[in-house]
Amino acid sequence: MGFKNQNGQSLASHKRNEGIPLDANLLKGIRVNRSAVERRTATMSQRRSIKKEWQAAWLLRAVSCMDLTTLSGDDTPGNVSRLCAKARNPIRMDLLQQLGMEDANIHVAAVCVYHNMIKTAMDALQGSGIPIAAVSTGFPAGQITLDQKINEIELSVKAGAKEIDIVISRAHVLTSNWKALYEEVSLFRKSCGESHMKAILETGDLATLINTAKASVVCMMAGSDFIKTSTGKASVNATLPVSLVMCRAIREFYEATGFKVGFKPAGGIQKARQALDWLILMKEELGDDWLSPDLFRFGASSLLADIERQLEHFTTGRYSASNRHPMA
Amino acid sequence: MKIKAIYESMEYGPAPESPSPAYDWLAKHDKKFALFIDGKWQLPSAGKYFDSNNPSDKKFLAKIAEGGKKDVDKAVVAAKKALPGWVKSGPHTRARYLYALARQIQKHSRLFAVLESLDNGKPIRETRDIDIPLVARHFYHHAGWAQLRDTELKDYKEVGVVGQIIPWNFPLLMLSWKIAPALAMGNTVILKPAEFTSLTALLFAEICEEVELPAGVVNIVTGAGETGAAMVEHPQIDKIAFTGSTDVGRIIRRATAGTGKKLSLELGGKSPFIVFEDADLDSVVEGVVDAIWFNQGQVCCAGSRLLVQESIADRLYKKIKARMEKLVVGNSLDKSVDIGAIVAPVQLAAIEKLVKQGVDEGGAMWQPSWSCPKDGYFYPPTLFTDVSPSATIAQIEIFGPVLVAMTFRTHQEAIKLANNTRYGLASSLWTENINLALEMAPKIKAGTVWINCTNVFDAASGFGGYRESGFGREGGKEGLFEYLKLKTDEQLMDKPLTISKVSKKKKTVANVIPGIDRTTKLYIGGKQARPDSGYSMKIVDPSGTLIAEAGAGNRKDIRNAVEAAHAAEGWTAMTGHSRAQVLYFLAENLFVRKDEFAARLLLQLAASEIDAIREVDASIERIYRYAAFADKYDGNVHHTTLRNVTLAMPEALGVVGVVASEHSPLLGFVSAVMPLLAMGNRVVAIPSETSPLSATDLYQVLDTSDVPGGTLNIITGKKDELATVLANHDDVDGLWYFGTSEGSKAIEYAAAENMKRTWVNHGKHRNWFDLQQGEGEVFLRNATQIKNIWIPYGE
Repeated sequence: MGFKNQNGQSLASHKRNEGIPLDANLLKGIRVNRSAVERRTATMSQRRSIKKEWQAAWLLRAVSCMDLTTLSGDDTPGNVSRLCAKARNPIRMDLLQQLGMEDANIHVAAVCVYHNMIKTAMDALQGSGIPIAAVSTGFPAGQITLDQKINEIELSVKAGAKEIDIVISRAHVLTSNWKALYEEVSLFRKSCGESHMKAILETGDLATLINTAKASVVCMMAGSDFIKTSTGKASVNATLPVSLVMCRAIREFYEATGFKVGFKPAGGIQKARQALDWLILMKEELGDDWLSPDLFRFGASSLLADIERQLEHFTTGRYSASNRHPMA
Repeated sequence: MKIKAIYESMEYGPAPESPSPAYDWLAKHDKKFALFIDGKWQLPSAGKYFDSNNPSDKKFLAKIAEGGKKDVDKAVVAAKKALPGWVKSGPHTRARYLYALARQIQKHSRLFAVLESLDNGKPIRETRDIDIPLVARHFYHHAGWAQLRDTELKDYKEVGVVGQIIPWNFPLLMLSWKIAPALAMGNTVILKPAEFTSLTALLFAEICEEVELPAGVVNIVTGAGETGAAMVEHPQIDKIAFTGSTDVGRIIRRATAGTGKKLSLELGGKSPFIVFEDADLDSVVEGVVDAIWFNQGQVCCAGSRLLVQESIADRLYKKIKARMEKLVVGNSLDKSVDIGAIVAPVQLAAIEKLVKQGVDEGGAMWQPSWSCPKDGYFYPPTLFTDVSPSATIAQIEIFGPVLVAMTFRTHQEAIKLANNTRYGLASSLWTENINLALEMAPKIKAGTVWINCTNVFDAASGFGGYRESGFGREGGKEGLFEYLKLKTDEQLMDKPLTISKVSKKKKTVANVIPGIDRTTKLYIGGKQARPDSGYSMKIVDPSGTLIAEAGAGNRKDIRNAVEAAHAAEGWTAMTGHSRAQVLYFLAENLFVRKDEFAARLLLQLAASEIDAIREVDASIERIYRYAAFADKYDGNVHHTTLRNVTLAMPEALGVVGVVASEHSPLLGFVSAVMPLLAMGNRVVAIPSETSPLSATDLYQVLDTSDVPGGTLNIITGKKDELATVLANHDDVDGLWYFGTSEGSKAIEYAAAENMKRTWVNHGKHRNWFDLQQGEGEVFLRNATQIKNIWIPYGE
């Protein structure tokens, strides 16, 4: 992915998805059985239990995979700066020391904001190595002209966003106009240039799992670096069944092309327990490569607070309160 | 430091469930358990005990009493003594007890789960999330049936004292499947757990004490095979319910033959798991995990034969192997294992032997790269590909985590491969095409068809086998009948109905020219056929005067008739409406020849004209009755707990033999044959031996009524001799016998070989004119078996 560690080396463990021509046959072969998918997600986290030290370690990993996010109409430079400060130091240092993780350079993967807040965030994150992700293309509904969308991407890239979270035109999916979707996302990808692109499917709008699967594949064919479930603004956001379907699409795409595409569930992941469920899903369905920020992100705002409380519980044995942790 | 290492590696860690509460419970009992008889803990009379061990670490858990014949006797006395009070206590009281048992099981659910996992070796995830919740659900569901018995099942009453023998693979779940319906229907119970896994049954006995279940209603007699045998042979036990291997089931069928003991058997399987090219393959892979790596594959309905459409076979095998690589085998109390321990060394050895045989016979075996822990009886998940149906491992139930795969080209071939087995317990099929799924489901010979799912169970759905997987159902309304008997069964007579005979007049017009000789032949495949033997038998009237000669059928005629019946599968495929039309037409044509048939009865029975006409009229009405039922004996849609439609579909048994009553030669014949035909069976019927002419006269009526050739075949001859041929014929699916008690015994004994469904009269006679005895739902139920088809939905 596009950020570097302290020695300036790229963390990317894989070659960037260049996309492939639209392959309609690949789409035709896609099958998704909702009941079976739900059974798998309902039992997956019952099959794997993450306890004690393992839980602490896994939760820290969740923090490092987090796109700490604020996407509100009332965002101001003040609260965005505060969020960035939290991004640098997501976990209290005394807790990290007790966990033996004080030298592990634990910080979130990115800070995710609207275009208007890129500058504020850039300033606040200066020197941290934490990239800024900007939502784009008329987020969250995407109901603006294509030109405006391209323009927005270009402006954000120019402003310094290393990651661009685009929204797709859901109409293309609902009308099965895969060619239009492919062309749109390809254009977005081109406009992103060196910045990495996450394609938000907004699965809550797509009605069926099979639409989600097909949209995932088209977005990957069009060169997405990540596919992302949701804007966080819909009534239904990231769910495990949707995530399982998208992960299986990623696996198929990888097996077909050799390109590893990342996955980002966003919206509704508020509890540490849920974060573990998603990490188990990644490990079981895609493997350990998808447990690092290169290929996996949580889009979250309140998740971090719960993780902090759980980590304190692990170190002290006492249930923690949120006022004991610095707010974002 | 450690956390940092885990943070880097992102490995899973151990997540042990504490065994302490279970160990405390064992310690409280000094790790030694007596028998639970008559509400008291009683020492085994021979003073013998055996060990129960934990297969995950081979460690000793407890000493279990070995119940002997004397102990079984004691338990039967207790159950018999408890019966009248239990019956009298009424539906509501029984419902309250069952409800209390359900609640108590839920309250102690974790102790049950841990104990089961320790004793059996199955993962705690399975006992905690699947077995124990299903157990509680089974008691809740049957608490409801207990309440409803006297209104919903008015014509029935309890069977009495029930002996139940259960296997080790789902110890408490099988206990609940046995005890809940038995108690709900007002029976008292003696249950023997499997010797490897007695502990949860003993904890259940404590639960019975806690809810103050009346003494003797439930008796738990632990022990091994001999204990079970003592139950099977006990004359005071009215019903045996058994779940276990087909071999033992066969022994029980033979041992109970002719005793009048009711019997239900849930036996082995080699269930097909069929994958079409349009299935969601990633979901299929998880289905395979649930099918064959659930409970270490020690599941009677395990999807152990993977049938894959050739076009996707390699892709699917690759996916399955990748998934197998990620499975975790280990201590059953680790919350992160997928596969636990095999129940005992003997079972492990059996699996190893069969796998070796599979390799020797040329199967391509694959196992994951990791190895199993060494401290328990573990076996890795195993996949065989390139297996042909002729391979041993494709035919024999392995009862372990071993999947055997082969390919098919078309769905027609898939059906053939799926049914190419002696068993018929369950099946699973995967396709996104509902047309294909619903075409396949009725054609697979299995009691359960899971579409796009596998190994899902619920108390509201009946579970049980076709063919050599046994008979009877557990769960659902269909399962209740295993623990009920018809009240009118008690009215069946020891002697046949007597009819008033009239003295026969001498023929007064004997000096005219002789009539044209009508030779009665046999009726096979819609044609009259001469008996293979070339012999005829003399048919005389009650005064001994010769009235005709009938063909003396032999085993070859039976063989031909069975083949003709098999060829007539079009009858089964017809709609109920079409079958009804044929049967109504048959009644119409019989009506046209009413006088002729009455005359035959006069002649054969020396009956009065009134009685003869009455029998013909009753026969016509009976045909009407079953013609009417042909499109009305519906199935159910069960209220199971998944988001799905569970269809309980009554299906024809297939080819069924009928040995008709000796008496009421027309009505008795029609009463037995018509319900079978109406439900879509093809029939090979043996009419009354002494008065077969009413049946042979039907040939022409059948011919004129558009009854397709082979649908009903009639073989005259020595009844019990022919019955034995039918009973010993492995391609006959069911056999109804209305004859002697010795004959009934012989039929049940011989039927054990292919587990054909038998319905025999144990020498009791029906009054065929009586509407309670001569017809009714029981005829339809015996003419069908219920298939449950699970169809999950949701886009």
